[in-house]
Parts: sequence; structure tokens; C-alpha cells
Amino acid sequence: MNPTGEKINIPDYIEAPPAPKRTRMQEFRRMLAQNRLAALGFFIFFLFFCCAVTGLVLTSGSKPIFDPSMVRLEEKLRPPMSKPNLETLRPDQAPVLNVYLMGTDDLGRDVFSRMLQGAWVSLTVGFVAVGISVLIGIFMGGIAGYFGQHHIKTIQALFFLCLIGGTGLMIANFIVIGTVMLLLCLAYIFYSLTARHGSTEKETPILKAIFHSNAVSIDTLIMRIVDIMLCFPSFFLILTVVALLPASIYNIMIVIGLTSWMGTTRFVRAEFLSLREQDFVAAAKALGLSNFRIIFRHIMPNAIAPVLVSATIGIASAILTEAGLSFLGFGVPPPHATWGNILSNGKNFIFDAPWLTFIPGIAILIVVLSFNLFGEGLRDILNPKLKERH
Amino acid sequence: MDERSMNHDRLLLSVDNLKVYFQSNGALARAVDGISFNVREKETVCIVGESGCGKTVSALSILGLIPRPPGEIVDGQIVFSGQNLLALDEKEMQKIRGNHISMVFQEPLTSLNPVLTIGDQVGEAVRTHRNIDREALFQYGVQLLEDVGIPSPKQRMNDYPHQLSGGQRQRVMIAMALSCDPDLIIADEPTTALDVTVQAQIIALLRSIQEKRSMSVLYISHDLGVVSAIANRVYVMYAGIIVEQGHTDQIFRTARHPYTQGLLASLPSLSKRGKRLHSIPGSVPNPAYKPTGCPFHPRCSDAILSCREEFPEMCDYSEGHLARCPVLFKSKG
Amino acid sequence: MLSFIGRSVVQKTITLFFVSIVSFLIIHLAPGKPSQVNPLNPKFTPELLERFQKEFHLDKPLYVQYIYFYRDLFTGKTVSWKDNQSVLKKIWERFLNSLPLFVVGTLITWTLSFPVGIRSAIHRGGIYDRTTTFLSYLLISIPGFFFAYVLIIFVVTHLHVPVIGMETFGIGNASPSYLIMDRIWHLLLPSALGATGGIAVLSRYVRSQMLEVEGQDYIRTAKAKGLPPEQVHYKHAFRNALLPFVTMFGLILPGLIGGSVIIESIFSWPGMGRMAYEAILARDYPVILTVNFVSAVLVLAGTFISDLLYLVVDPRIRL
Repeated sequence: MNPTGEKINIPDYIEAPPAPKRTRMQEFRRMLAQNRLAALGFFIFFLFFCCAVTGLVLTSGSKPIFDPSMVRLEEKLRPPMSKPNLETLRPDQAPVLNVYLMGTDDLGRDVFSRMLQGAWVSLTVGFVAVGISVLIGIFMGGIAGYFGQHHIKTIQALFFLCLIGGTGLMIANFIVIGTVMLLLCLAYIFYSLTARHGSTEKETPILKAIFHSNAVSIDTLIMRIVDIMLCFPSFFLILTVVALLPASIYNIMIVIGLTSWMGTTRFVRAEFLSLREQDFVAAAKALGLSNFRIIFRHIMPNAIAPVLVSATIGIASAILTEAGLSFLGFGVPPPHATWGNILSNGKNFIFDAPWLTFIPGIAILIVVLSFNLFGEGLRDILNPKLKERH
Repeated sequence: MDERSMNHDRLLLSVDNLKVYFQSNGALARAVDGISFNVREKETVCIVGESGCGKTVSALSILGLIPRPPGEIVDGQIVFSGQNLLALDEKEMQKIRGNHISMVFQEPLTSLNPVLTIGDQVGEAVRTHRNIDREALFQYGVQLLEDVGIPSPKQRMNDYPHQLSGGQRQRVMIAMALSCDPDLIIADEPTTALDVTVQAQIIALLRSIQEKRSMSVLYISHDLGVVSAIANRVYVMYAGIIVEQGHTDQIFRTARHPYTQGLLASLPSLSKRGKRLHSIPGSVPNPAYKPTGCPFHPRCSDAILSCREEFPEMCDYSEGHLARCPVLFKSKG
Repeated sequence: MLSFIGRSVVQKTITLFFVSIVSFLIIHLAPGKPSQVNPLNPKFTPELLERFQKEFHLDKPLYVQYIYFYRDLFTGKTVSWKDNQSVLKKIWERFLNSLPLFVVGTLITWTLSFPVGIRSAIHRGGIYDRTTTFLSYLLISIPGFFFAYVLIIFVVTHLHVPVIGMETFGIGNASPSYLIMDRIWHLLLPSALGATGGIAVLSRYVRSQMLEVEGQDYIRTAKAKGLPPEQVHYKHAFRNALLPFVTMFGLILPGLIGGSVIIESIFSWPGMGRMAYEAILARDYPVILTVNFVSAVLVLAGTFISDLLYLVVDPRIRL
């Protein structure tokens, strides 16, 4: 027998000491710590968010602390950190803390207040526009990717065409033809609900074959729609729609959202196509899970990575687009302030009052930069292929 | 002792106390934790172990192919034909790679460049290390493909990798490795990704080539069946260290380490039909969080208290058979 | 191969057809009328209005207008509503103006992006990589017109580079070499501006593609053969990394029309972007629709070319 000792009780000690477990939050924070640029981006975004929210609070209402719309013509084009001329101003017109933190614009409005107000608008434009485009993108891409091989039968295609055509024609005042088409649709619904399958009557097989043939696969249909949308140069499309519709902040947000979902659709579709073939989906199907559950619980979390990246970068681009639209005169209408507004207003005074251009320009630059950094950092974090190999 | 085991040829490659560590996720992964092995001329040496034991890393460090961040060769010497490879700079290493030491990798599907022709890739090493004109290069390539058993080699020279099957691609890899007549071929699980019948063909091919060209082969595998068929000597690796080494029949007939014994006992065979399959309980440790003392002790049925406390030294069973288990050594008497 | 071309052309023509319908609908269903037909516009008398309507078939139903418009388009007779010039002629003139801007900008972008991206990828994490990364991010994030103004201020006050228009006013009678020099001088700033943004984006993409390829197994094989680093990085890695860019190359075709409205506005460059912008403002439907149509044709042609190029370059795809 071995004099050095007894045997250890094995069942207590089968597993070697495991690596310490980390929650998702810790994992995320650790990855942020490693990728410093992304952390910086995230931090600046957080600051921006706080500024926007406090700015909204401080500048809205009828007696706001920082008043963005107070016009003081005597005080126009004052440089930053200048003191107001208290003798010519009414007491309620004087700015808080008795100093124009960022100067005044050509109507004597306090630029700092306008920047605060504009922060919220830029934030909203970015998030709402991207939110719309991401939702549409995920929906279209998911369906194209998951159900891609399913075909729409000819008769169903005809039905939809009649439906859309009928409603369209009704709106355009073509009552007669519109009603006829809608009646056709009703007839089809009636038929499909009451028709008995396996009927022994002799139906014309040719007609049935034509009606039930595959017209077009869902994948093709959706990708063709994407192609059509891509044929319109995006900035022009936005410009066209914004110029034709009455100017309002909601129109801008919706239009930017409706014209930028194509990229997300492509990503999501590509991810779904590759994930659908993987074993875990087959396993889920073998367990009898419904399609809905498979898509949302299993595939979607895996496919979300490129969407997140393109969403963060999309917010940056939406803010830039809004600035560009303001520059061309199609942005949010006055007196509402956005950073693009202030910037484009300032270009007329570029030599007399450069701060009107530089302050919003640099602010936009920093915020957009932070989003881009954060997005790229996310991409590096979430991309397993870029991780260094051992 | 049969002819395969006695070998008094010169030492070709000698690895001494190699340590390769990786920085990963904030922890230090000790992938290779002080191993020593050698390969003589005209010898086939096998390194056996499960996934994650550090055998691939060992092979890659010989050729200096470990990515420097995050990996680092912390200690050790690799002496090849009298030269310490770790002391050479990048340019000198390039002269050795593909030329004196070449490597065959595990995944034939992804190890060939998809946009270059077979002929181009087979001839590259030769073009780099030797002076040879285009016409002769082409003929040489055809000859190589024929040597490794690829049918209609002339046509294949102008084909692309995706037009070949997995087995054929692995043959091409072997042809590439042979092209400069190396002294040592390192084969990292070359048949793991292939079907069993193809596996047998590739192994037979390697054996015949080795005999014809008097090369040494360092064969890395987790498949004990393959190892028993081709190896002269075997090193068993676990968690970054060598736990047993010796000639093939010593290892397979009289394994002296609990891990090796467990591996051999786990092999399914007809004699075990109807009985419960043996398996080693537990799993391979994470290289960053290894157990104290002997890394195998949590899974070992022969472990005693000192196994947890002291790192075991190699015990000599004579005639080149060594095992890192003092418990079994003492009980043997 | 032929069947692929055939199928492609058919598909793209169908897409083109739908695009034409959609753009037509967008224009005509949007609220508001073009200024010429707006009854509130004091410049036009009722008789003029009626004549206008008759000539452009505005009183007919939408699908008839559609047919008329596209018939005119294909026979080259479409006329701008603003100034009665032939649309195609206008587009062609402006196109010739935009072309040098586009060509120079694209050339600079593509020739500079690749070396920058490749070097960043090969020396990942080094000083070069980090500097270029930072600069790229900066350039991507800066609002275009802001950057333009900053540049203008700097350049005008210190270097006296001209910034307005395509040529110096009143230079018409100077000698040809002088004219050419002048043109190039004026071309400098706008194309540099367009190029910097493009370089920032493209070089990042090149870098990420190179990084992805460099991590592949066959690069490890190439290194194991003892090949010198130039061969490993250029012959093996770059050839593979290049594939998606070949397809991107086909897609720069639509950039001809895109131009940049903003750059052209700032520099008063009479290009296609500005023309489209003015047309939108004036609701000059024929111009808008024609530009749209041409842009769609370019996009589809560009996709077609990039598909073909991909076929040629990637040996794994053979039809």
C-alpha cells in the first residue's frame, strides 16, 4: 500500500476547477474595456443622451430656463461667453447666468439653448428613423430568409393585385373598375372558404393547375422589391419626398426610415439563410416547435448582430442626413431648432460669426463620431471571425 | 524488439521544455506547459492526445506559426539539425519552412487557396526555395501529383481546389509538403476530416512516401488506431504536458499512466461486446484553469492526496519508456 | 453563361418597368402641383394654363400620362417644364460637367484606399493602423458641408485655390493650355472633398476584408510553405479579399447621377446633382422622372456588370 496517503474521494472532484462564469453584462463590460474606442463612443453617446433629455426639460414649456426662441434683435451675433447688454434688455429677456454661453445667432437667440433643444430633435430623428428602418428590415429580411422557398400561388398573387388595384382605383375615383376588382376579391374569399376539397365533380384541371401553380417565391418577391427601392438614389428619394410633402419633423423621420431598410433586409436575410440550415433549427423543428417560436426565440438572437451594428451606424447617418436636408432648406421648419438648422443658418455669416457654424458642426461631428465608433466596436466585439486565432 | 523500434539514427529534431502561453479573455492559458520530445531520422513519432491538450500548438511552434499576440513562446528550445529554431529571425525561418520542415494541416477543405490553381499552389514552395524554370516546374508538379496517387495529374494541375474531393485535396497538401524534399514532415491530424476508407489510403500513402524518401514524420493525432499502425514511438499528451512516452508496443501493451490506460480501455472492440463502455469520467481542463499538482488527478481512479499537491516527475521504466505517474510506478514495484 | 445573361436582362427589365411605375406614382400622387400649373401662381394666365395642360396631357388620366411620358422619353422628345429645353440634352450637358468631377474623385478614392486599407490590415494595431482608423472615423462623421466650409476657409485664405464654379469668370478667350490648367485648378477642391469621404469608407472596408481573409486556413498553409510575406499578403490574401470589391466596382456606375448635391451646391458646380435638385424644387416632372429613369438604368446596369465581373473573377462560380 502506498504510505503517502489515502485515495481521494473521487465523486467530489470529477470536474477540474471550471473557468469563472460571467453574466452577459459582465461579458459586455469586459469587452468594452478591451476595445477602448468603442467604450469612448458609448460614453459620449450616453452623455449626449443625458444632454438631450435635460435639454428637452430645460427648454420646453412656456417659461423655460433656457429659452431657445427668445428673439432679441439688439443682441444679434454676439460671440460666445459674452455678457448681455442689460440696459437695453427687459429683465425676462436676459439669459440665465447672465452670459451667452455659445453666443447668439442672427436673431439674437441664445445659441446654447437652441443647441440643447436641437439635441433632443437630432436624437429623436436618429432613433425613430432607424427604428422604423430596422423594424421593416427585420420583418422583410426574416420572411425572405425563413420562408424564402415558399411560393405564392398564382391565384393568391392575383388576389392581392386585385385588392391593391381595387383600393387604389377607388381612391383615384375610378369607382366602377375599383368596385369590380374588390368584388372579385370578395368572390375569391368566399370560394376559398366554402370550397370543399376532394370534390368529385369534374373540374377543369387546366384552370386549377394554372391557378395553383407557383407564381413567384417569397424570397424573389422581397428581393425584387429591395432592388426596386435601391434603384432610387437614396438622398434624392428623401429629398423628393420631403420637398413634395409639407415640411414637418415627423415626415422627415418617417421618410428616412422608409428609405433605408434595404441594407438591414439584406443582412437579416443572409443571416437567416445561413442559420436556417444549421442543426439547432432542425433540432427545434424535430421538437415540434412552431415556426413563430423558432424564428423569434432561436434564430433572431443570432441574426441580430449585424443589425445592431448597422443600426448604430444608421443613427449616425440619419443625423447627418437631417443636417444635410437642413442645409438644403428642407429640414425641420423654423422656429424649431435642430443642429442642422443652426449650422445651415450659420453659413450665411461664416466670416462674421464663425461660431454659428463651428459649434453645431463640431457637436454633430462628435456625436456622429461616437455612434460610428460604438457601432464599429460592436462589430468587432460581435464578430467571431475577427477574433484573434489561437 | 522489432525493427521499427530500434533506431540509433541521429537526432533530427529536439524539443526541450517548450512552454507556449496565450493571453485570452484576461486569463493566461498555458497551452503547452513544458514538453520535451525528439524525432530521429527516418522515424515516425506520434503525439497523441484529446482536443485541447496542446498538440497542435506544439506543432505550430516548431515552424514559428504561433500568432505572437496573443500567444508567446515563453521558454524552451527547439533544435533542428543543430540549429535553435527559436533563435532564428523571420527570414531565416522562411528558408526552413516548406523546405526542410513542412506541414500538412487538418482541414483539406479550407487549407487550399480557392482562387489559385492546384499547379500554382503545388509549385510555389519549389519556386521559392529552388531555382527552377517554368516548364520543369510544371513537369515536376505533375510528377508530384502522380506520386501522391492523383489520377490524370496533368489535367488536375489546371483545376481549382473546389473541383477536387476531400481526399484528393489532402493528397495535394501532401504533395505540397513533399515538393522540396523536406527532412521532416509534421502532419497535424491529416485524416480526421476524411472518411475511413480514404483515411486508410492516406496513411498508406504517407508510409510509402516515408520509406521511399527516408523522411521523418511527426504525426499528431487523437486516433489511437492510426497511431498503432504507423508510429515508431509515441508521446501521450494531456493538458499541455507529456504524461507518457515510449515505443509503440510499450505504450499499447503496457501503458503505465492512468490516462493512457483509460484511452486504451475506451477503445471499443469486439471483445468488449455486451459490456458497458469504459469512459474516463470528467473532461479536459481549461488551459487557463488547470488543477494543481498532476493535471489528470481529478479524473484519475488511482489518485492519492499527494497527486493534488505535487507535480509528478517522469518515472523511468527503462528502454525508453517513461510515464509521469509515481503512484503506478511505486505500486509496480 | 448565355442563359445567365438572358435571365438577368429579363429580370432587370421587369424591375425597370416597376421602377418606372413607382416613380411615376410617387411624383404624381404627391400633394401640390407644379408651379406652372398651379392656379394660384400669378405668373400664368388661365389661357397659358390651359395650353400647358393640353400640351402635357395633364388633364388625362394617370395611365395615359404614363404612356405619353415614356413614349416621349424613348423618342427623345421629353421637354422640361421649366425652360422648355429638351430634357435629354440638358441631362447630357450637365452630365459632361459632372463627369470629370466623378472620374477624378473615383480615381483618387480607389487608388488610395487599397494601399491604406491593406497596410492597416497587415500591421493591425500599429501606429499606422490606429492613425488611419482615427482619421477615417473623423472623415466619416463630419457633416459634408461643414467640412467643405472649413476647407474653403482654410484654402481660400491661405492658398488662393478657386472655389466657385468650373472656370474663372471671363477666361473664355485664353489659350487652350491655360483653359485646361484652369479647369484642373477648379476641379481640385470639390473632387478632393468627395474623395476624402470615399477613401475613409472604402479603406475601412478593405481593411476588414483583408483581416477576414488573413485569418483563413490557406494563409497559414502559405506561411508554412515558407513563402515570403509579399507573396502571402498579395498573391494569396489580397486576391481573395479583392472579390467583393470587384462587384463593388460595377456599382459605382450609379454614382454618376448621384454626384453630390451638396458639393455641387457649395462650389456652384453646374452638375447633375444640382439640376435634379432644382427640378425637384420646381416640380419639373419630366426632368425628375427622366433623371430617375436614367439612374435606375445605371443601377441595374451596374448590378449586371458586377454580377458578370464576379463570374469572371471567382473560379468557384462557373455557369
